[in-house]
Amino acid sequence: MSDLVADTALDAATPPRVETPFQRFRAEFFESKIATIALAIFLIIVLLAVLAPWITPQNPYDLAQVSVMDGRLPPGSEAFDGYTMWLGSDGSGRDLYSAILYGLRISLTVGLASGVIALLIGMAIGLVAAYAGGRIEAIIMRIVDLQLSFPASLVALMMVAALGKGVDKIILALVIAQWAYYARTVRATALVERSKEYVEAAQCLGISRFRIVFRHILPNCMAPLIVVGTVQTASAISLEATLSFLGVGLPQTEPSIGVLIANGFEYMLSGRYWISVFPGLALLLTVVSINLVGDHLRDVLNPRLKK
Amino acid sequence: MSAVLEVRGLKTHFFTHAGVVKAVDGVDFTISKGEIMGLVGESGSGKSITGFSIIGLIDPPGRIVEGSIKFNGEEIANAKEELLQNLRGNRISMIFQDPMMTLNPVLRVDTQMIEAILAHEPVSKQTAWERSRDALGLVGIPSPEERLRAYPHQLSGGMRQRVAIATAFLNKPDLIIADEPTTALDVTIQSQIIHEAQKLTKQTGTAMIWITHDLAVVAGLAERISVMYAGRIVEQGGIDDVIDRPLHPYTVGLLGSVPTANRRGKRLFQIEGMTPNMLALPKGCAFGPRCHAQTDACGQRPPVEDIDGRSLRCFNPQPAAEVVE
Amino acid sequence: MTVFIIRRLIQALLVVFMMSVIVFFGVNIVGDPVYMLVSPDADQADIAAAISRLGLDRPIWEQYLLFLKGAAQGDLGNSFIFGEPALKLILHHMPATMELAFSALILAIVVGIPLGLYAGLYPDSRISKGIMAASIFGFSLPTFWVGLMLIMLFAVELRWVPATGRGDLGTFLGIQSSLFTLDGLSHIFLPALNLALLKISLAIRLTRAGVREAMGLDYVKYARAKGLSTRRIIFVHVMKNIMIPVVTVMGLEFGSLIGFSVVTETIFAWPGMGKLLIDAILQLDRPVVVAYLMIIVLFFVLINLVVDILYSILDPRVRLQDQGA
Repeated sequence: MSDLVADTALDAATPPRVETPFQRFRAEFFESKIATIALAIFLIIVLLAVLAPWITPQNPYDLAQVSVMDGRLPPGSEAFDGYTMWLGSDGSGRDLYSAILYGLRISLTVGLASGVIALLIGMAIGLVAAYAGGRIEAIIMRIVDLQLSFPASLVALMMVAALGKGVDKIILALVIAQWAYYARTVRATALVERSKEYVEAAQCLGISRFRIVFRHILPNCMAPLIVVGTVQTASAISLEATLSFLGVGLPQTEPSIGVLIANGFEYMLSGRYWISVFPGLALLLTVVSINLVGDHLRDVLNPRLKK
Repeated sequence: MSAVLEVRGLKTHFFTHAGVVKAVDGVDFTISKGEIMGLVGESGSGKSITGFSIIGLIDPPGRIVEGSIKFNGEEIANAKEELLQNLRGNRISMIFQDPMMTLNPVLRVDTQMIEAILAHEPVSKQTAWERSRDALGLVGIPSPEERLRAYPHQLSGGMRQRVAIATAFLNKPDLIIADEPTTALDVTIQSQIIHEAQKLTKQTGTAMIWITHDLAVVAGLAERISVMYAGRIVEQGGIDDVIDRPLHPYTVGLLGSVPTANRRGKRLFQIEGMTPNMLALPKGCAFGPRCHAQTDACGQRPPVEDIDGRSLRCFNPQPAAEVVE
Repeated sequence: MTVFIIRRLIQALLVVFMMSVIVFFGVNIVGDPVYMLVSPDADQADIAAAISRLGLDRPIWEQYLLFLKGAAQGDLGNSFIFGEPALKLILHHMPATMELAFSALILAIVVGIPLGLYAGLYPDSRISKGIMAASIFGFSLPTFWVGLMLIMLFAVELRWVPATGRGDLGTFLGIQSSLFTLDGLSHIFLPALNLALLKISLAIRLTRAGVREAMGLDYVKYARAKGLSTRRIIFVHVMKNIMIPVVTVMGLEFGSLIGFSVVTETIFAWPGMGKLLIDAILQLDRPVVVAYLMIIVLFFVLINLVVDILYSILDPRVRLQDQGA
């Protein structure tokens, strides 16, 4: 009853504004300060990673530029070459600031690539299930359910145990670990849409299944897929770092943030905290900012999904 | 007859971020011992909020902003929570619309009945159980011992509502507020439930407010009727007077839109327009824009007038002849 | 009920069989362990001898059949590195992992549910907002990094507890565990907290969402209308409804705790089967990897089974459906 009153109240309060759904979405998204800041931080991180070769004092993987003399210097020390190492240096004398930006390039590449590929594959499989229906759908969804009963981290671990190290292999492992989340999302939307009367009506009119899937189900999946995509990308970045930290992800020749943290681990007990902590903070900022954006996206997109 | 409940100038408003919703805006009525009053109105008219205000269950952003609610002579509007908690389920009981939603799905019927007794009386569990069993028997539930052991989902809708009624009568309250208790039920079950409730009020001398949107239900049950529109009672009187000779155009419209057997073939009357937006009520009479008898005077808020022992908020009482058929 | 359990058991067996195929073939496709085990200057004959000793010269499907035959008898092959049965190695390391996962689960429930309850009951209070902000961090922070920070703060800087390893064992009721000695508890505190953080956040969110949903439902309003005390409403009516989903999810999370313990064990040098797995992967000790994965699969299937059965016992609605079937 009180809900009813509030509902009428809300309807009355919103004057009929003429704006596109995207404008409204944009307005609602930027209403949240936290999400706006998080988005800004994420974009800055991406920008820093992309521009790394031009804004870092050294290329940490060009042996000619790295000097062992600079090893394990605390933050703010001056390097042999004269520039200041604001974040200190690691065990082999690399400037940490440079190493982190280069590391972010690898981490972001792995995270985004696996996120996009898993999204496309999961979406395709979900649509196939929705399109085919019947037995095929049942089998596909059984496999999805089965896989989702295992945590993604464990699936990824199994995969790297089977596949070995390397950027391509870790991306493959992450895709295999995550496709099912997207497939489930598509299928959930398909279920909702298919139960609506207009689909039944369309079927009665002899409109093809193909058309129903692509004209009705696919567009309705986009919003939830974007939300799942942000959260899963953050988790892919975090997962890659975890695997690399454990030594089963990326090799030393592909030093992502996780590898950097692992390298610093051995120095930690002796009090040289910065070698692990700064890469860790970079990872943290990346993952938390993506998650905050995703969290808010869900809030903004959800009420419309329910309608 | 002494008054069990006396409501004067009750105003319950909801302070939403979109504005103030005056869900109940100046309601007066009195209920005597053992009396059944029908409170009728469309959804959103404030009838349920009136019920919840009496029992002190208005949650933020709503609150009682004005008025007095005297229960057995004691002021209970905005009273202390302890006092209200003591009254609730004890002296004033409530029956809700949907027994599927109100009975807790994971607790057995006996748990939910016994706790209503134990919350107010220091009796043994055994005694409470026996009283619950007897109460179920009184509302016509066969083999009550078995039903007590059941979970709510194992009972039919009518059975669940009987349980709710039995629970409401458990502590022999002075007043029961029934909020659309039969709306979710089949018509045949509906009349049985109404019959049980009527019988029990007679036996126990309990007064009752029967909230509904269905005039037909009230006609066979209540002694008095209050018609609510947009947070106010627009017409109030003895049930026969109001049904036979409605004065307010809204009541006329409501009665006209009840499909009855003797009007077969004729077009049903319908009240024009939509239920009002509670945030932007018209300045004068809230029913004005939908009223076929609207005059210039209706730009003012009509005061409560007493006509032949009935009360009315209208400048243009309808003559009997003009009842729309 | 029995039919239900048998049906679920058959499904579980199928899953285990399928996973054995995937795991075995997956793991056996990569790397060649022979070169890790035979010294670099060994000649061709030595290598051939090693290959036939390890059974690596047979076709892979034959290796699988041998593996399956062995598995049925509880023999998952010998570790290439230790020369011991892989299963024995894993079972030897299992108690440490179980102890860690169990402690983390208890921690998550004991800390997470009360915090979630508070945040759900008082959603607008500052403390609740703090709790929710902390839970977002709990979700986002990578476990291994939090582990590092915990070591740095509590072990290196404050020196309150030891950083790594498992403490002394104690025996209680015939169970040997480091939870029964002070030294053991001081060792397990950090890893257990590290492992629990994610699940604490999860418990907070689940409980809060459940409480908020339940508090708005009619059965809570009805319970209030019966005059029940707030304490009884929260701890009987609300909690009993919420505990069903929370217990289900937390139970399912036990498996993921064991999975995640791989990370925590590596950081805190906890001698469990997770650390064993990482070492085995790095050294291409295939039988141990396969055995670990099989055990984990078995575990997950078992947990799913137990949770399903528990769920059907807890929720009377599921129980009834099954009786009908």
